[in-house]
Parts: sequence; structure tokens; C-alpha cells
Amino acid sequence: MIWTTLKVGFHKLGTPQVFYRLSSLLPPWLWAGFGVCAAIGVYQALYVVPPDYQQGDSFRILYVHVPAAWQAMATYVVMAVLAMIALVWRIRVAEIMAMVSAPIGAAMTLLCLATGSIWGRPMWGTWWAWDARLTSMLVLLFVYLGIMALYAAYDDHRKGARVACILILVGLINIPIIHFSVEWWTTLHQGATIRFFGESTMHPSMMPPLVWMTVAFKFLYAAALLTRARNELLRQDRSRNWVKLLMLKST
Amino acid sequence: MTARPILALFKRDLRLAARHAGQSLLPLVFLFAVLILIPLGVGPGPNLLAVMAPGMVWVAALLSGLLALEHLFRPDLEDGTLEQWWVGDTSVLAIVMVRFVSHWLITGLPVILIAPLAAQMLYLPPHAVPTLMLSLLLGTALLTLFGGLVAALTLGTQRGGVLLAILIFPLIVPVLIFGAGATAVVADGLSAQAHLGLLTALLVLALTLVPLATVSALRLNIE
Amino acid sequence: MQTLIEAHALGFKRAGRLIFTPTTLTLHAGQCVVVSGANGSGKTTFLRLLAGILKPAAGAIERRAGVNFVGHQAAFKADLSCLENLCFQHEFYAGRDAGKLLVPAISAIEALSQVGLIKLMRRRAGHLSAGQKKRLGLAGLLVTQAPVWLLDEPYASLDESGAQQVDRLIDQHLRHGGGVVLSTHRRQPVLSVPALSCPIAAAAEAET
Repeated sequence: MIWTTLKVGFHKLGTPQVFYRLSSLLPPWLWAGFGVCAAIGVYQALYVVPPDYQQGDSFRILYVHVPAAWQAMATYVVMAVLAMIALVWRIRVAEIMAMVSAPIGAAMTLLCLATGSIWGRPMWGTWWAWDARLTSMLVLLFVYLGIMALYAAYDDHRKGARVACILILVGLINIPIIHFSVEWWTTLHQGATIRFFGESTMHPSMMPPLVWMTVAFKFLYAAALLTRARNELLRQDRSRNWVKLLMLKST
Repeated sequence: MTARPILALFKRDLRLAARHAGQSLLPLVFLFAVLILIPLGVGPGPNLLAVMAPGMVWVAALLSGLLALEHLFRPDLEDGTLEQWWVGDTSVLAIVMVRFVSHWLITGLPVILIAPLAAQMLYLPPHAVPTLMLSLLLGTALLTLFGGLVAALTLGTQRGGVLLAILIFPLIVPVLIFGAGATAVVADGLSAQAHLGLLTALLVLALTLVPLATVSALRLNIE
Repeated sequence: MQTLIEAHALGFKRAGRLIFTPTTLTLHAGQCVVVSGANGSGKTTFLRLLAGILKPAAGAIERRAGVNFVGHQAAFKADLSCLENLCFQHEFYAGRDAGKLLVPAISAIEALSQVGLIKLMRRRAGHLSAGQKKRLGLAGLLVTQAPVWLLDEPYASLDESGAQQVDRLIDQHLRHGGGVVLSTHRRQPVLSVPALSCPIAAAAEAET
């Protein structure tokens, strides 16, 4: 009974009209959530956390760099799940969500690389180093760009989306490589200090803003994803009846 | 199901490669061109070249391999032979795997055989040559697999070529790092076990997953 | 009469839309079915669905016998000779279920003689004229002898004598217990047994 309800609900969620309603209702809350968490996080990062005894104040960029890095990888995982749904169940909404996620992920990766460069200059004396973590993040950026390029090269949106979804799943191997790269190679980049299970080696006074900023980035991703997906859905269906009805109702 | 259809395809692929001998040899010529340009570009000092040799041979091999990828599936799409793979009851997966094998024989094997000569040109220490050849064996196989998949994915686009290179880049980076790294550490006198082990693992993973993904991608693009 | 293909309400989608109204077709041994429809209505797509090249988006199909598909482009390698192409076809489709066909596949040489290309057997397939390529496609059918022939516009690029040859070969195939589904634009097949018709209609603008 529950299983059938779940299945029906799952497929209903994939219909354009239901998804449109959902993606119109949720984003304002998500943007608000982002705003609140980011405000708290930034305030704490800049004013509450004491300066680092080694790096002084320049370490504070960590509070953008690390959440962006985590979100860049998390976005890819979400994209991979959406790609799997799109390929197995051929749900168009999943295809759209996967495709609009790619630019968001690319932006996060770029943000991570840029903030990392800015941080690295005073820290290590260089804008760039060819170490494992940086290189694999750069590779991730190219994966995102490749997915965007492949999708854009197809005139038929559905075929292009399905082909890009295959590519997304193939590129999934990159995520564990990035994550474990700092363990497998001794590199310039910092080793893992934050763990989900067990002791983290970061000082407790530094943690709260990191948590707030991480949550803020999650809200940001969700809000951006739903907003972009809604826009893309409207754009693709602009000549369909349900959109025309919507436009009539709103005037 | 007998192997007759698969063997027939295999023989046809090789026969066609022989007919287009010029086209088939082009990647090899390109490989040599790159290998000659390097000493001309960075200077002929043996010490410098010896240090760069593993990486340079690998980069040249990968770039020349990219040239051949355009011809993996596109000609078949254009003359209508690709859609025939689904007519009848021969397994398309088997057909794709045989295509990969014939492609590797035509493009990858020559590179491996040329490797000692390339090593000589760039002053790679002789004791590192077997590792170079072994790493290239694994690497060219991976290039054929990943390249074939990307060629299948881009089959529905107009300009496959540049897009193909962009898409294959992320997949080939680990291969390059481990492959060139294996040769470099052996040249320095250390063991390449870890590098070669990882390359082999990557190859096994690719062998199991890539042909399936390629079949799906091809099916999508013949519509 | 043996049923060779049963297709029920077969449909295909492109860019999310059905191309033609789902169509049903049943092919029995000794029958020829003509798929008719306006340009762009989806005749080629329908034939490709029957061949198994495309996966149906609607309906179901059951193939009870081996199928051979000759599309717009004759599926030949331009750089191989006619003879080499036919030998390959013979090997590639070997072992396919020949069902209850009374005549086994003939050799490449004989097939070339039957379609009148024997003098060109060593010529590269890419150097043939459009009509000759069509005839080479027919030779491919003779060399593999699948019970079901799916022919997409077999009369295109052929003059009247060429078209009559196609009709003769179809007649022969039907007599041997095979079945033929073909699409055509203008010329209808002239056979000893009247052909059945299967019209394809472009799908109405379906709306959600």
C-alpha cells in the first residue's frame, strides 16, 4: 500500500504541472534559509572566530572555500542520482534537473578553485600547484564543462539530456578520487581534518561558522536548482497548453 | 550463437583499415611529429629530455590516439552500417567489444611497438623501457575504451572532434598520471607496482562498464 | 499460414512527441504489406521499429522469424568491393533463423548475377550509381535470405525495368514462404498476389 503510494507520488512529482507548483512554492523559503544561514555564518566567520596563530586573518576565506568544495562534490552526486532516475525511468523533470545542475556545480568548483588560489598566494607563495587535490578539482571543473558542452551540442533536448546523463554516470569515478586524493598522495594541500565519524582535528572554536556556511550552501544549491529547473521547464514547454493556461490565469 | 558474425566484423574492420592504410597510419606519423618537436622545442640536452621522456611519450601517444577516435563509429553511422548491428540476434555488446579490439590493434598496438624507438629518441634509460611498454599497453587499451565511449556519446553532434577531446580529457587524466608516473619511477630506480596496479584496476573497471555504456549511447544516437 | 511479425499499436516518440498514430501490423508468410503515408509521416521510423533498430515508445512487437532491413542507404562499406560486401553480409547474418523458408541463401556470385551486377563484382561499392547501389542492396537480401524483408523505398532511384526486377524478387521470396513489408512513395508493387496496405498517419498534436 505504502509502496504503491510512494511509486505514484514519485511519478506524479515528475509531471510538469506538479513540479511547477513545487518549484514555485519552495524556492522563496530556500532563499530565505540561505540568507539567514549565510548571514550568521559570515558574521561568525569574520567577527567571532579568533585569528589563526599562524595565518592571522587570511584563513577566514576557508569559510567560503571549504563549503564550496563540498558543495561542488555534493552537486555532482545529486546530479548522478538524477541522471540515474532520468535514464531508468525516463522522467523528463529529472533530465531537466540534472542538466541545470551542471552549471551550478561548475560555478561551485570555480569558486572553490578561485578562493583556493586567493588563499594559497599568501599561504604557500603560489597561485597554483599541481598537487592531487587541486588537479582533481580542476578535472572536476572540466567534467562539468564537458557535460554542459555535450548537452548544448544536441538539438533534441531529450536525447542530449540522456546522452549527457550517461556521461555524468561515467564521470562519477572522479568524486572518490578527489575525496581520497589527499590521503593517497602526500601533497601540499591540507589533509582531511573534518570527519563525519570520529574526531575532527579542527579546533572547536572554528567549527560553528563552517557548519552555518555549509548549510547555507546547501540551501543555495537547492534554491538555485529548483529555480533554474522551473525556468527551463517553462522554456521547453512554452508552446504547450498547460503553460498557456498558466499565462492566461496570471494576466 | 556462433562466433561467425563477430569474426566477420573483425575481419572486415581489419580489411578496411588496410584499405585506408594512409588514414590508419596517420596517428603514428603524428606521434613521431610530436616526438621530434619536443627536442626541437625544449633543447636537445640529454638530461632534460631523459627527465621529460616518460611524460612526453605518453602525451604524444594520447594525442595521436585522439586522432583515430573520430573514425570509430562515425563512418558506420554515415553509411548506414551502424543501425544494422541491431537487426538480427547478434549481441550488440559483443559487436562493440570486437570493434574496440580491432581499433586497439590498429591504433594502440603500433604505439606500443614504437615505444622503444621513442624512448631512444628522448634518452629514456633502457631499463625503464619495458615499464613504458607495459604502461602503454594498459593506457592505450583505456584510451580505446574511454575514447570509444565518448565517440559514441558525441555521435549525434555535428562537430564531434573538438568536443570529443574536451570530454575525454577528465577520463584520461588519471591514466596519464599513473602511466607516465610508472615509467618515471622505474627510470629513477623505484618500483612501479602501485602505479601499474592502479592502471590495471582502472582497466578492469573500464572493461566491465564501458562497453555497456557505449551500447546505450550508440542506441540513443541512431534514433 | 505462419505469422512472421505481430506488431500491436507500435509508436515512437521524438522530442517527447509521438511521430505517428500507433499502428498495428500482422505479417503472415507469403504476404506483402505496403506501408503508405505522406512524406515525413514516419514510414521509415515504422520500418526501423519493425526491424528492431528502434525501441518502441508505445505498443509491442513480436518477431517470430529472422528479419532483414534495407534502408535508404544500402548498408555497405564504400571501400570494399561488391563481392566483399556481400560475403560479409552472408557471414554476418549467418545462423539467423531461416524459419520455414524453402530456399536457403544463395552465394554472393549468384546473387550478383540475379541482380545484374556480376560485371561489377570487383568494383568498390562507393563507385556505384544510385540505382546500382539499390540493386546491391537487393543482392544482400538474397545472400542472407531472412524470412522477413523490410524494405524502405525499394523503388527509389530505379527505372521501370529495375522496379520490375524488384517485384520479381519479391514474388519469388513470397513463393518461398517469406514475407515482405515495404514502404513506397509512388510506385506500388506489381505482384502475383495482391499486397496489403498499412497506412501510417502523422500523429495529431497530442497535448498534456
